[in-house]
Amino acid sequence: MPKHETPLLDQLESGPWPSFVSDLKRQAESRTQKQSEIQYQIPVDVVDDLLGLLELSYVEKEVHWKHGGIVGVFGYGGGVIGRYCDQPEKFPGVAHFHTMRINQPAGKYYNTDFLRQIADLWDFRGSGVTNMHGSTGDIILLGTTTPQLEEIFFELTHNMNQDLGGSGSNLRTPEACLGESRCEWACFDTQELCYQLTMEYQDELHRPAFPYKFKFKFDGCPNGCVASIARSDLSFIGTWRDDIRIDQEAVAAYVGGELKPNGGAHAGKDWGPFDIQKEVIDLCPTKCMWMEGGKLKINDRECTRCMHCLNVMPRALRIGNDRGLSILAGAKAPILDGAQMSSLLVPFMKVEDPYDNIKEVIENIWDWWMEEGKNRERLGETMKRQGFQKLLEVTGIPADPRHVEHPRFTPYIFWKEEEVPGGFERDIADYRSRHPK
Amino acid sequence: MAFISSGYNPDKPMENRISDIGPRHYSEFLPPVIKNNKGKWLWHEIIEPGVLMHKAESGDEVYSVRVGTPRIMSVETLREVLDIADKHCDGYVRWTTRNNIEFMVDNKDKVQPLKDDLVSRKFDGGSFKFPIGGTGAGLTNIVHTQGWIHCHTPATDASGTVKVVMDELFEEFGQMRFPAQLRISMACCLNMCGAVHCSDIAILGYHRKPPAIDHEEVDNLCEIPLAVAACPTAAIRPTKTTITDKKTGEEKSVKTVAIKNERCMFCGNCYTMCPALPLTDAEGDGLVIMAGGKVSNRIDAPKFSKVVVAFIPNETPRWPSLAKCMRQMVDAYVKGAKKYERFGHWAERIGWERFFEATGLEFTHHLIDDFRDPAYFTWRQTTNFKF
Repeated sequence: MPKHETPLLDQLESGPWPSFVSDLKRQAESRTQKQSEIQYQIPVDVVDDLLGLLELSYVEKEVHWKHGGIVGVFGYGGGVIGRYCDQPEKFPGVAHFHTMRINQPAGKYYNTDFLRQIADLWDFRGSGVTNMHGSTGDIILLGTTTPQLEEIFFELTHNMNQDLGGSGSNLRTPEACLGESRCEWACFDTQELCYQLTMEYQDELHRPAFPYKFKFKFDGCPNGCVASIARSDLSFIGTWRDDIRIDQEAVAAYVGGELKPNGGAHAGKDWGPFDIQKEVIDLCPTKCMWMEGGKLKINDRECTRCMHCLNVMPRALRIGNDRGLSILAGAKAPILDGAQMSSLLVPFMKVEDPYDNIKEVIENIWDWWMEEGKNRERLGETMKRQGFQKLLEVTGIPADPRHVEHPRFTPYIFWKEEEVPGGFERDIADYRSRHPK
Repeated sequence: MAFISSGYNPDKPMENRISDIGPRHYSEFLPPVIKNNKGKWLWHEIIEPGVLMHKAESGDEVYSVRVGTPRIMSVETLREVLDIADKHCDGYVRWTTRNNIEFMVDNKDKVQPLKDDLVSRKFDGGSFKFPIGGTGAGLTNIVHTQGWIHCHTPATDASGTVKVVMDELFEEFGQMRFPAQLRISMACCLNMCGAVHCSDIAILGYHRKPPAIDHEEVDNLCEIPLAVAACPTAAIRPTKTTITDKKTGEEKSVKTVAIKNERCMFCGNCYTMCPALPLTDAEGDGLVIMAGGKVSNRIDAPKFSKVVVAFIPNETPRWPSLAKCMRQMVDAYVKGAKKYERFGHWAERIGWERFFEATGLEFTHHLIDDFRDPAYFTWRQTTNFKF
């Protein structure tokens, strides 16, 4: 018997999409059943009470979680988010219900042994409810009590060689697409760069010293599967600067209908025979492609590497060989002054161990932002307030037309004194000698 | 419930402490066929909805079967995932950025038994545990945030709204008959943990009432200057007020804040800084629908989503107006868009005046931007419009 009646939530058990309510009920029942064999370290009825509290929110249409609280593990300022419910008498099982963020392996591959250890630990010392994964990429463990935090951290670090992720005003857990592990379009090893920078900046990840959160994300190509350009303060996006590799036989096979275009992505509807002119050449944003003598030609100098032609004909067109990444800066969600996309800062950089070129950009930006950024100001907002020129100045990167969509609208140029001959100190007497009052 | 120690000694927290070790190295977790061919993949093909085949230079193939999940996952269900991975995939499994699971096998013959196993599993309530799909020009899983299940600032529930929308559009998860991929995202407040602002369709929780002020607690729980500074529209100012002490019944003067309601844009940033300024409200809270964004650089630059529905109330538990709205938008897009057009490409090609006709959504004054300078550039500054 469930502890609480949940008539509203029960209506979310029907329908074909996996029901989180059914899953939570399963977890609640399992805890009740196994309580004689497992010495649960937090209340057995934690998931029952979670369902009860959620049902109350469905009835009242208001949230019942209180503002965070300062909880964490010794020496870290992140990785744990305090959570308390505002109805602890009715739902004592979720009176404390803290979140722990576990730094996921890059690309989110796992073996079952590792995840079984996580599952067993979380069943024993937490609610057994997880998010696979949180928005930033961590494994999220939802709901435990304060005394369990250090115990969980101890077990993670001692038995599983595994650390917490980031939260608060620090480097948030970096995230990468699966990259070279299973994608032909990866222009650099996203997983390795993500791992190496995560390790390099462990201090920044665990100990808040920043004005606000700071996110790194690594996309292997301009398709942007981890959305780095929209949601990370520094977006690392793979690209190449030589020629697209063309297999003309495969081009002919696409044109002849022997190969399925789009890697089969449009196979569910009859869109008619593949038309390379209409579907590839005419849609090329720079119009740098054409057919000549049955062969596909590309003026690579004019290509902006948007990926469309590669996406349509993956067996005929491949990324170039001179690969690296672009770095863009400043993306964030709307809070406060509206959403911002990342802006191109470094058009191209090679990606080679020990990545000193990349670290130099990061650290120059941090030095500036930590000095100048206001409390709770994201990098993109500091950039907006102080200007893109300032970002170039602090990173020592020369201005380049690639940095702009178009040159400025206004002629209100903030000339610096050293840029103007004679400087800004004026002699009024000299002026008056030519312009009497 | 006896406390069982992990070995941690609270009296000596630094004893044997291990910290700053980071995540496990991903290479420990790569299936052999992935590890052997890393960086040497030639091409891929979606052989059927939900099943990808990647071909390596070596001739090796890996077949990935993608299934949707509600992101919330109990360890009971997680263990079931692991059992499946042990049975079919030599003990390896991965998750995608959009909360799908991918089960990988190194031989085509292993695909069908894996698929049969996955679709045979249902929850007691009747829903699929592991629906196959989410690939190509179709609907993939909705990325979303916590909502009422675990967050303190939401204006709606995340898991519930996502369940309702995925139920409504379920057949498209297992199909690839859209003009392009459709990425729906959900964030339960403006903080947008899910960064939904660049999605084909975004569902966003939104408050519509200024914060309630708990005068008794403002000065106890908050740094008043921080609460004042948190407001992006300068709607909050420090003030004093008189309250009655509940214990003694005496009137007393307390430091608190005052809010200019007409300036409030309901972002909730003050509440993040000051717990004595709650926003959650049954009548005020609900959903905003945004559309036409994308993050890919394909064909053109990434785009922000635009607000196309100013408010949908929180109709728990199944949000029928939300489901209807999503159906209208998706049907109009599928009917009107050309091959390769993302949702935003289609809306921009036909023009927003036609978009509202095609979808049947109502255009109201709330959809005209009036927030600061960028608003000006969203008004139509040309005579080029359609009657």
